[in-house]
Parts: sequence; structure tokens; C-alpha cells
Amino acid sequence: MNLTLKIWRQSGPQDKGQFVTYRVSDISPDMSFLEMLDVLNEELNAKGEEPIAFDSDCREGICGMCGLMISGHAHGPEKTTTCQLHMRSFKDGETITVEPWRAEAFPIVRDLVVDRGAFDRIIQSGGFISANTGSAPDAHAAPVPKTAADRAFMAAECIGCGACVAACPNASGMLFMGAKITHLGELPQGQPERDARVVSMVNQHDHEGFGGCTNIGECSQACPKGIPQDVISQLNKDLRTALKHGR
Amino acid sequence: MTDNTTNPTGSSADSAAGSFYGGMYTEGTKVADHKAPDGPIDKKWTRRKFEAALVNPANRRKMSVIIVGTGLAGGAAAATLGEAGYHVKSFCFQDSPRRAHSIAAQGGINAAKNYKEDGDSIQRLFYDTVKGGDYRSRETNVYRLAEVSANIIDQCVAQGVPFAREYGGLLDNRSFGGVQVSRTFYARGQTGQQLLIGAYQALERQVAAGTVEQFTRHEMLEVIVDGEGEERRARGIIVRDLVTGEIETHLADAVVLASGGYGNVFFLSTNAMGSNVTATWRAHRKGAYMANPCYTQIHPTCIPVSGEHQSKLTLMSESLRNDGRIWVPKNREDCDKDPRQIKEEDRDYYLERIYPAFGNLVPRDIASRQAKNVCDEGRGVGPVVGDFRRGVYLDFADAIKRLGRAAVEEKYGNLFDMYARITGENPYETPMRIYPAVHYVMGGLWVDYDLQSSIPGLFVTGEANFSDHGANRLGASALMQGLADGYFVLPNTIRDYLAKVPPSTLKEDSPAVVEARKAVEERTERFLAINGERSVDSFHRELGNIMWEYCGMERSEEGLLKAIDLIRGLREEFWRNVRVLGSADTLNQSLEKAGRVADFLELGELMCIDALHRRESCGGHFRAESQTEDGEALRHDDEFAYVAAWEFTPPSGEQEGVGAGMGTPVLHKEDLVYEFIELKQRSYK
Repeated sequence: MNLTLKIWRQSGPQDKGQFVTYRVSDISPDMSFLEMLDVLNEELNAKGEEPIAFDSDCREGICGMCGLMISGHAHGPEKTTTCQLHMRSFKDGETITVEPWRAEAFPIVRDLVVDRGAFDRIIQSGGFISANTGSAPDAHAAPVPKTAADRAFMAAECIGCGACVAACPNASGMLFMGAKITHLGELPQGQPERDARVVSMVNQHDHEGFGGCTNIGECSQACPKGIPQDVISQLNKDLRTALKHGR
Repeated sequence: MTDNTTNPTGSSADSAAGSFYGGMYTEGTKVADHKAPDGPIDKKWTRRKFEAALVNPANRRKMSVIIVGTGLAGGAAAATLGEAGYHVKSFCFQDSPRRAHSIAAQGGINAAKNYKEDGDSIQRLFYDTVKGGDYRSRETNVYRLAEVSANIIDQCVAQGVPFAREYGGLLDNRSFGGVQVSRTFYARGQTGQQLLIGAYQALERQVAAGTVEQFTRHEMLEVIVDGEGEERRARGIIVRDLVTGEIETHLADAVVLASGGYGNVFFLSTNAMGSNVTATWRAHRKGAYMANPCYTQIHPTCIPVSGEHQSKLTLMSESLRNDGRIWVPKNREDCDKDPRQIKEEDRDYYLERIYPAFGNLVPRDIASRQAKNVCDEGRGVGPVVGDFRRGVYLDFADAIKRLGRAAVEEKYGNLFDMYARITGENPYETPMRIYPAVHYVMGGLWVDYDLQSSIPGLFVTGEANFSDHGANRLGASALMQGLADGYFVLPNTIRDYLAKVPPSTLKEDSPAVVEARKAVEERTERFLAINGERSVDSFHRELGNIMWEYCGMERSEEGLLKAIDLIRGLREEFWRNVRVLGSADTLNQSLEKAGRVADFLELGELMCIDALHRRESCGGHFRAESQTEDGEALRHDDEFAYVAAWEFTPPSGEQEGVGAGMGTPVLHKEDLVYEFIELKQRSYK
């Protein structure tokens, strides 16, 4: 395959940045998208041009480190992570634009690399169950209905990649946050901190500069793990309950 | 004990002269663990916890601990020490602690809960782990691992880890990795992810509480060791801020390395792109012994390489072998045919043929080695990579016929989807192709019962240490060890050190700090100054090929000697001809990789030397010269029932300075004494 790539290059946070056009040839349809970028980077290196910076680590769709806006779609045309996207999803001769996640809360570090530290700070604000090591009762002390355990697991599958934010016209982090609220809220262990958790996380989310949710649904469409939009309903419900409780 | 007491190779090893294989290594004094207390094995850990000194809660916040790595071992330790009130500094090279590669573990986590009442116990988990490790692990450490395993599950459930449950609401278990009890807890195929998110959340909670300082996109490049002889102690690290390029000094009362394994020395592995040996290798160069570096686990059911562009390999759960049948064509001429057109009588179901009792369920190392053998014979399938086809079929046609497609989909659907996504082939219609890949390393820095390395004040946990899996790790035991070390072992042993360590007088301008910092700066400058012809990746790929060919599934004296030669040549070329563009004061991914590959180029040589010196086969280490008549691994307990702990020596004479490589390593043996378990030779025929 031969492809034209329009890739966002930005030397640092202060730089304005611009698209630069590259051509790659002899691309195998069995390559992953990131392997195609590896090939391009090897060519750039050989020519004495600095390689394009992009994030990736596990390259098997679970660590959440990779994430590119590919021709306007977060993680590209398939419902998967960028690292699991393969070149057979593209046509020979196609022009592909490649951009970083664009959101005020995710400042660009360099080229296609962004800073998603805001997600860590949302978790710090309450995305946990307080259980110090050594304090736990026997694991069978509190049975959990299978339906609740399964729903908690579904929500806990979030990989924190940020595609939901990148896809949302409001750059909202509600799907990410709703997934955590749902994961912990479904479990008996998560109840004592339930009210405090949602209030604290929502405050942090807004403080980080994420936008609000207006029920567009792009987030769920872009989510490589298929986290459903109803985790946001859960979040809103938990927030109302907490406010009623005077939090 | 095995009955074979003769030298199996008639090799050129010459112990009388005090140097071996023409000066490849020398032998030093023996090492031993002095921290495990005397007494019955089931009382040792209780006793050690009691005897380990305490740090007054009011004093804890004045004591600082650096933890490098945020996977299960590092994240859990940082959270736990933070909860206890110590001042913790946590470092990771990724953009968030939640990215650490523990996240990719699929199968599950073992624990001796005996919830199934099927005869499991601490003793049985201990026994299975020692046997699985082919009798090359330390009994005391393994017993403790089994002992604390049950606490891990309790802790994780309390944190909200959504393990699989039965309809009654209690936890589900499955049998895993060829053991006969159901002791594996799991969260669908994402157990590692769920456990890591649990540890991560506990860690973030401590960040919010102010006990843990978190440094993301920071890479440790040197350990600071102060003092001489008995007074020698690890007192801090030098890191590079990967975003600004700034070289930073961080001092502390103790340093913990939880930086994972070094499988990426093979270039292609199931490890993450960033997984590296730098933290442990830098510590090794400063005096920490590296133990059993050649013990590598190769996993049989990975998706094969599709071409020269391949950047990593993806594992598929070996549960696939429960229903899939493995075969290759009997005739080479059939290798490029559509497999569905190959007649039954022209197929070689080689595992079923060679091992009628276990068939496709033989242990990982045997399944891997036999796959390599048939491919080496020219009977592999799939694309030609390098000079031959590297793949075998894993066929579900019979299973679909027997169970129906729906049942197969229910059991393996997510794996089939993953396979289809990566290869573009439909495994319901045509057989899957699989090939072995490097997955885990049992070797790592030598530690005592307290998980302290041979440098006082430097502790090592998780895959980064060598301690629990011997020569081969059982399935679902990596997660168990990471969390055992992080939540329960290290926090109890490190307090003994912290309670006794004299306060540091080290300052930013002390000689030990200045020297470590200067070394990092010089290396960084050197990488950028070479401006040669070849990319870092091209060196890494070539090193990986050498390691895979000669220090992979099967090793021989001839091959290893050749590999050592090739690696030395490649390392020399690297320091002369690598091209790293850009600058040091910005995000520079080529520069990051250059540092990691430079260390892999030294580690690779030590792995080969270790593999060369161990003239026996055990666990994941198969020496062609040491096999039974049936071609099975043959241990030599009389000669090799020891841990090989290697000491680094600097290169001699005029070769000093950046990039000078390594001198002749010194072997320190730790005798493995089996008091509680009897040694046996395994057989799967």
C-alpha cells in the first residue's frame, strides 16, 4: 500500500504546530497503524529528520497509552485502540490525517503526545475505596450479586485512554468518570464513600477544564472498550443523591 | 536426585584454573540468605515479621523510600508504605502509573484459599510452585509466597477488584496451568488490568493524602550508592524527566526497584514497548548481583510474526490448548497450501504423537520447543519471515464439530476476535497460526529473604527480582508474586532496614551523587554525539535475533559462544555507529530507547554466559547437550542445584569510560538446600 499522511508536528507545548505531509510506500496491510508509523520514523531517522513522537506501550489494547485522532476519528475507523488498528482498514492511495487528542484538559507535550495527568487527578480526588493493606476481611465475607459484579467489571474495563474526551465536542470526561463511579458504586465495598466520591470527582473534573455532558454519545461510540453511555446516567443519579444527602 | 553425575558435555569448562571458557567468567565466594529465621518453614515468616524492627509512627514521615516502577509490585508497595506513613517517591516512565505492563496479564492470580474444598493448601501451592520451578527456587521465599497468597485476594476484594463471581455471589475459581486444584481467581481475561487498577487507585489515594509523591514520565538512569565496604548503601537515584529532559537527583533512606522484567532483550516479546532492564542493570553495574539471568519463559500460544515490521508479539491465553489441536503438514511441500485442503493423513499432530498422555496440554516449554523443532525442519506454516516459516496450526475444526460453533464462541470468542483483528483471518473457518514468544523472565536481581539485594538499602520486588519462580514460572503466579511482594512482604521487611539505617549525610554535591549524575549526563551526551548510520531500533532488532536464535528455546555451547561474539561486535558497533537525533532537553523517544538498548546489549552477553555455564536443562533453560534419551530436559542436581548470582566487574585498562561495556563477570553460587521438598525429575510422557 502507498499512503499519504498528514501528521501534526509540534516541537513543544509553546510551539504553534502544523500539519506536515509524508508519503509512505510498500506498507503491508498486516501492519498495525503504529508499526506503519515506526516504519515512517525509521525513514525519517535515516534522512536525518527527527522522528515523530507518539505514545504507545503494551500494543495489545489494554494499557491505554496510545491514542491518535485518525482522519477525525478517535483511534481511527474501527472500534479499537490505535495499537490494534491495522492497515487493512485503509485503502491503497488513501490520505490519512493524524492528530493528537485535542482537549483543553490534555495539553500537547510534543507532536502526537498529550498530557493526560488530569485523569490521574480525578482518580486522586475520590476514584478509590479506602481499604488500607492488611485491614481486609475474608474475601467471602460480603457476597456480591453476580449481576452487580458483572456490571462493575464492565465499567472497570475502562483503560483511561482519553478517546471519550477527544471524541466529545465538549471535551467532557464524563464517560471516564462515570465508568469509575459505576464500577465502585455497584459493589458493597464502595458504598460508604459513594456520596463523597461523586461530588469530589465531579468538582475535580470541572476544575481540570473538561466540558459538560450534553448527551451526544460520541464518547461511547469512540470507546475501544464499549463503555455504555448509561454510566453517565449513573453518575448523574449518584450526584443528585449525594446533593440530597447534603454533600 | 538425578543419577547422571558425569559432566554432560565434556565441555571446555575448567574449574581448576579458576576461570572458565577461556576467561568468560570467574568464580567468587558463595552467597547465602541470612535473613530467613531458623525453625519450621511455616513459622519463619511470622517470626521474621516479629523480629524485624519497627519504626515509630511519628518517625515514619521523616523516612523516605524511592520506588521505581508502578506495576503490581511497585504500585502496591508505594500505596502500602504510604498508608503506613512513610514519605514515598514513586517513579514510572509511562504517562500514568496505571499503564505499567502488569495490566496486560490475562489469566488470573493463584491463592491458596481452598474455597473449592478440593484439597488445596499453603503446602500444596508451595509444592506446586517449587516443582513448577524445576527445583531451582529458594524454599523459604516460595513458602512465604504461598502463605500470603490468601491475604492478597482479601485485600483486592476490599479495594473493589471485580473478580468473577458465581450466581450465589461468591468468588469463582478455575484450574490453570496444569495444576489439579482450582485456585485461580480471575476477572474474565483481564485479571492483570483489574488488579493493577486496584493497586493504582490505592496509590492515587496516597498521592491525594500527601504521603506519596508521583513522578510520571521519569526514567531512572542511575542508582546512588554511598560509602565503602560494610557502610555501602543505596541512597537515591538519578532520573531523567522525559518531558523536559532535566536530569534530577532524588535522595532517600532506601530504594526499591520494581521495574519489571527484561524480556525485551529479545526485541520481540509480549512485553510492552517500553519494558526495559535499565533500572536493574544500572544497579547491577553498581554492585547488585544479577541472578539466573538466562531463565526465560517462552509462551507457546502467541500470534506469529507477520513480517519484518513486527514491533511486538501478542499472547493468547493458553486455555486455547484445551480444545485446539496443534499440527503442521507432514510434508514440506504442503506448507504453503490452504490448510483446509491438506488431508488428515498428511497432517502431523506432533504433540499428540510424541506425548500421547498429555497431548496438546504439555507444559509451556515443551510445547514451545517442539513448535520450534518442526519449524526448523522446514514444516512451519504462514508467511516466510527471515528464511523460514514461523508458525504452526492450532485447529478448532474438531472442537467446532464436537461442541458446536456457539459453544466454542462462548468459551473463546474474545480470543478469536483478537486473533481475527490482528491477522485478518477468521479462526472459525481456517486454523489459527501460533508461534512461541518470550513472555516472562524468572531471572532478576538477587535478593535475600527480606527482598534486599547485595547492595544494602536497595530492595527489589516483582519480576525484577529472581526469588520465587526458580527456572520456570507457573501460570497465574506472576500476579501473585507481584502483589505478595508489594502489599505484604516488602512493607514488613523494609522497616527493619529503615529502623536501623543511620541518617544520611548525603547532599546534592556529595561525591557519590556528583559521580552518578555525571555518568548519566556523559552517557546522554554521548548518544547524541555519535551521529552514526544506524537507528537504535536496528541494533535492538539485531540483538533480538541473536538472542532468539542462540539463547532462546534451545541453547548449546557452540551457539552461545557464537552469540557472545556477535553481541560484543554489535555492542562495539552501537557505540560507534548509532544515530540518535534531536536534543537532550526535550521529549526524545530515540534517546530513551538508546539508553535501554545500550543496557540490553550488556545484559544479553551476561544471559549467554549464564546459559553457557549452566550445563544442564531445567525449566525454561534447555541445553541441547543435557537431555534424556526421549529429548526431555535433564537436570543435574549434583552440579547445578544453586542460584547463579553474577557480580559485575568494570572493563579493564584503556577501555574505561562511557560505552566501555563490561569486564569478566564473577559467579557467586547460592546453594539450594531442599529441606521440605524432595527433588524429582519431571516427566510428561
